[in-house]
Amino acid sequence: MDMAIFYILLLFIIIAAIIAVETDNLLSSVICVGAIGFGGSLMFLFLRAPDIAITQIVVEVLGLIILIRATIARDLTFITGDREFFGLVVSIVIIFVIFLAGIRVFETLPDFGTAIFSKVHDAASQTYIQKGLEQTGAANLVASVILDFRAYDTLGEATVLFTSIIGATVIMRQKPKKLLEELD
Amino acid sequence: MIQEGKIPNGVKGMTVIVKTIASWVKVLIILFGIYIIIFGHLTPGGGFAGGVILASSYVLLMLAFGREFVEENLSLPLASKLDCFGALGFAMIAVLGFVFGGTFFVNFLVERYGQPLELLSAGTIPLSNIAIGLKVGASLFLVTLVLSISCKGKECRYE
Repeated sequence: MDMAIFYILLLFIIIAAIIAVETDNLLSSVICVGAIGFGGSLMFLFLRAPDIAITQIVVEVLGLIILIRATIARDLTFITGDREFFGLVVSIVIIFVIFLAGIRVFETLPDFGTAIFSKVHDAASQTYIQKGLEQTGAANLVASVILDFRAYDTLGEATVLFTSIIGATVIMRQKPKKLLEELD
Repeated sequence: MIQEGKIPNGVKGMTVIVKTIASWVKVLIILFGIYIIIFGHLTPGGGFAGGVILASSYVLLMLAFGREFVEENLSLPLASKLDCFGALGFAMIAVLGFVFGGTFFVNFLVERYGQPLELLSAGTIPLSNIAIGLKVGASLFLVTLVLSISCKGKECRYE
């Protein structure tokens, strides 16, 4: 069952990626990119990594807001007449459904102050806590998680930092711009 | 780094009081950063936190003495090389895990030396901490330097 949901999500992400590349409307493309991100977040949730799913959702919402703000001035089509009423109804129904789902989720949350993994017995965090010292030899459990159990995550973070430094250095530099102007 | 008793006292930077205190405090900050990095597998801290502390010592010097003085000590190409070296080191630790342990990023040194709770223990984790500390420190220093260079408009540029 889980795998079926997983493959459906995978198909959804692939279709959204193809639409994002092929569509002419910039705003639709941005929204499809957001759909890819939320699909990835759901996949992390099914792979039992809720912390990464939360991070993915936060980054995705921020990036989506910035991208929509950047593209909304270019491709904005106003809807009037009957379609405006239809859009309003659809928006209200979606907000209501999300509200009900939120109430349902809040009912199942554990009490404030208790670990969310206390309800899941085979959670990964239990393995980290019980076998962290003997398997990695590091007394600092955080170090054993970020540099041994989840070292891929740290490699990704280091790559993000590296790429952002390269981008900042390239954008801020003045000299190659002058060289390019001379070549023109 | 500057020597004791030879504090440059030109027109650049802040007042003599700030310059004197910054030249004393920078040693403590750098020592604290190195301690945080090297003891990252035993006490709270690690490569990221220690690297930020190391970068902050140079940012303090940049605020107190001006950008040109810091660029003489740690120039932009050198910081860029340190950044690349740290990133390469961290990636090489991962690849060495693939070569000696069979899996990417496996802790292949954990059984080789040391007992838990000793300084020399935990396999590749201290090495990764040192590489990440070098990388993060050089990166944050580079960001500050590049931003301080570009703020002057068309006049400022670097090689």
